[in-house]
Amino acid sequence: MGETQENTSQLPEVIEAKAVWAVLKEKFGDAVSEFDENPTMPFFEVLEPERWLDIALFMRDSPKLRFTYMACLSGVDYPEEKKLGIVCNLESLGELGHKIAVKVRCEREGGVISSVARVWKTAEWHEREAFDMYGMTFSNHPDLRRILCPEDWEGYPLRKDYEVQETYHGIKVPE
Amino acid sequence: MGLLDAKISKHNVLVTSVDNVMNWARLSSLWPMGFGLACCAIEMMATNASNYDLERFGIFPRASPRQSDLMIVAGTVTMKMAERVVRLYEQMPEPRYVLSMGSCSNCGGPYWKHGYHVLKGVDRIIPVDVYVPGCPPRPESLIGGLMKIQELIRMEQIGISRAEALKKLEEKSMDPSQLIQEARKSAKAS
Repeated sequence: MGETQENTSQLPEVIEAKAVWAVLKEKFGDAVSEFDENPTMPFFEVLEPERWLDIALFMRDSPKLRFTYMACLSGVDYPEEKKLGIVCNLESLGELGHKIAVKVRCEREGGVISSVARVWKTAEWHEREAFDMYGMTFSNHPDLRRILCPEDWEGYPLRKDYEVQETYHGIKVPE
Repeated sequence: MGLLDAKISKHNVLVTSVDNVMNWARLSSLWPMGFGLACCAIEMMATNASNYDLERFGIFPRASPRQSDLMIVAGTVTMKMAERVVRLYEQMPEPRYVLSMGSCSNCGGPYWKHGYHVLKGVDRIIPVDVYVPGCPPRPESLIGGLMKIQELIRMEQIGISRAEALKKLEEKSMDPSQLIQEARKSAKAS
């Protein structure tokens, strides 16, 4: 076990991400989880989701971090834990060059995550997509509507227990 | 088929039936509606462009359903698009023809099982005359489908329904396996 973990933790991306995490851990304490040295996507989780917006603003504006770019924001379903979540891939593009992923989770039914659309403009449509596919809401989002499915579509298609509706406007949907 | 082949040189008089003339006019200037839904549309555009040159058959995409008599459903029809396809179809003047191009439009294609958002065949919402298989079909296949539409038009008569014309077309159809075998043999020999 030790050998592979040593190898991954020596990767320059992982070392940089760990330094980022250490800054955030110092500033936000228990709101930030332990660091995960995943070699393809080093990440940490926000354990107190109500502080996610503060953390996002700090990550963008702190001179030590300067996360100028949100590469992606994806949704995740955790049916066993009755949770939904998002994964944000952040990068300091053209400035410090480091990358990290942040995970935030909320309740499966009626869960709310604060929107970071005003921190990174990219998040606006990505949060709409996560809402469209998984059904969590993003508080203070400027325009939270479905983005891909029709407005009157029933259910959230990428949830693990999703069952497609029988008809849509009188047209048969399933095979 | 073509009036020029008949070499009318002496009296400039031609005797034929109204059906023949009308069918000839219709099938020689099929105007498809210019819209594509997915990767099949790329293949359709390639067929329209100079290499395959659909204009030699009088086939030329129009920008409005009101000027079109053929709808080539080229690509994946999503549930969101389905209602729009119906509306476009309804805006086309009769007689109108529908060619379903590619697996998605024929039956949902790769989205058959898990594609919650895809209509499993455009024939669930509008009547389809000719299906062209492929994913996406090559320009040759699309041209084959268009020839089939032309054959269908040739079968039409005043007073018979589309269904009857399709039946006549089916009676005239032949089994291509013989031709395929021969083509394979000659390809091997060369």
